[in-house]
Amino acid sequence: MTHPTDHDTVPTRPLISQPRMSMRMRSNLWVWCFLAIPLVFYVVIRFYPTFNAFWLSLTDWDLMSDAEFIGFENYRDMFADDDFWKTFWNTFEYLIYGTPTSLVIAFVIAYYLDKVRFAHNFLRALYFMPYITTAAAMAWVWRWFYQPAPTGLINGVLGEVGIGQIEFLKSTTWALPSIMVTAIWAGLGFQIIIFMAGLRAIPDTYYEAARMDGLGEWAILRKITLPLLKPTMVFLVVFISIAFLRIFDQVYNMTTNDPGGPLGSTKPLVLMIYQTAFSSYDMGQAAAQTVVLFTILLVVSLLQLWVLRERT
Amino acid sequence: MTATADLRERRMRDIRPGRIIRWTILFIGGVLMVTPLLYMFSTSLKTPGQIYDLRLIPAAPTLANYVEVLSEGEFPRWFLNSSIVAIVVTVSNLFFDSLVGYTLAKFRFRGRRLIFIAILSTLMIPTEMLVIPWYLMSAQFGWLDSYWGIMFPGMTTAFGTFLMKQFFETVPDDFLEAARIDGMNEFTIWWKIAMPLVTPALSALAIFTFLGNWTAFFWPLIVTTSKELYTLPIGLTSFAVEQAIRWEMIMTGAALATIPTLLVFLALQRYIVRGVMLAGLKG
Repeated sequence: MTHPTDHDTVPTRPLISQPRMSMRMRSNLWVWCFLAIPLVFYVVIRFYPTFNAFWLSLTDWDLMSDAEFIGFENYRDMFADDDFWKTFWNTFEYLIYGTPTSLVIAFVIAYYLDKVRFAHNFLRALYFMPYITTAAAMAWVWRWFYQPAPTGLINGVLGEVGIGQIEFLKSTTWALPSIMVTAIWAGLGFQIIIFMAGLRAIPDTYYEAARMDGLGEWAILRKITLPLLKPTMVFLVVFISIAFLRIFDQVYNMTTNDPGGPLGSTKPLVLMIYQTAFSSYDMGQAAAQTVVLFTILLVVSLLQLWVLRERT
Repeated sequence: MTATADLRERRMRDIRPGRIIRWTILFIGGVLMVTPLLYMFSTSLKTPGQIYDLRLIPAAPTLANYVEVLSEGEFPRWFLNSSIVAIVVTVSNLFFDSLVGYTLAKFRFRGRRLIFIAILSTLMIPTEMLVIPWYLMSAQFGWLDSYWGIMFPGMTTAFGTFLMKQFFETVPDDFLEAARIDGMNEFTIWWKIAMPLVTPALSALAIFTFLGNWTAFFWPLIVTTSKELYTLPIGLTSFAVEQAIRWEMIMTGAALATIPTLLVFLALQRYIVRGVMLAGLKG
């Protein structure tokens, strides 16, 4: 035994006169030792910058001269700017087309994959693998796919089949959906796994009971599986929506020659923020744009809380 | 008799055509999912003259592109940078996230709820909103274009802290109390008693943090300006822009950036999938 035995420490020590710390104080001391560094980190790296961003959004600052307080002028300029609204709309296009598409594809795959026993792990790995790749690297692969013939794979196939060529990334109508497809592809693996976890969590007894009642596959799906998956669905809708609202890596890498695509047709909010801050060095204006992004994300998160609260 | 008949019937049901068709469709879908990866590797093994041949299997595969990229480019350096950043940030998160998560889960003290809510509320703040203040802060302190500059925003995360707190809550207080009676100090109790009990959560957190930092793009793009400090994704982007239409070279670069994550995945597949499920359900 390595720890000291009781009889040579405790009894010889006068318990009352010794100014010993109470258990409570000692425990508190440990707590604040444990929390000290992380709390400093949170204050300096998270809280202060948050307030700083709000403050900067009320200033005019190009990094060269001093920041000048200008009230809500950045916001007024932004809301009067057609480019901002175009970017805003682009971002929502990624969201409103990308989210339901992702959700439906992920659910259908998860639903059937869950029932497969033969080579289950292998199939799951195929679907999951894209999720863990580097978005920037895969954006270049897709960019290559989208090239005009004879370079690009998709146009190559279209040519073989005898359908006309599509100028994917150079066309104002096709560029945004092309990038969206890349982003959907990159996220599916995660969503499928989450759906499968949700499906597993439904007790078998529910299905057995339903089968005994003579319900068919379709009725079981509609009356049992989907309602019980609601929390998973809500989580995924919010998760996917936030990912689309913050889309950047794919857009940046797929349009490096013309950032934001032809006539800015693919430009999302985050790319606009990046350009305003680090190409134009208009820090105040960029901060105002981040506040808008923050507000949208906050609304989406609060909607999730509200929907889930209603359930219980 | 009836049992074997039952078994035979069940086996018949297992291989009925519906299942085979379903499996085949799922398999084709799975292959389509990895097609971009297959083509990336295939093209990286082709010579410039072959890239217009769109067949998946290269006629005469060669590693020449890899040799060229690795010997002439700065890929080894970027690889090193990404490794340093991802490993240091992961270790830091494993340490601090679990320390804070443990403290919030297992100690009763004044301000506990407030601190928890404050940390949790930072989940609502998107990185994009913080990058401008971080950039200004980095410029002021001379952190731009340095490893520390790339790493500091991620040294501890609310997500990790929350995840670890959830898991430490399942550790029975009796274990910790017993260690206390044995005279262990609180740090040792956390490190020696509590930590080994939450290894599934720790491995999930490690995998997420590592992959997240390995593939991170937005902040490293902002904070690095010299090529020597690029991480792999940023290096790849600058490399690809330089190469312009040499797709076989770009695909080689993309493959080099992707291979490590694929290796991690193949080695730890079970843990990763379980980790995603854990994080998805708890987070």
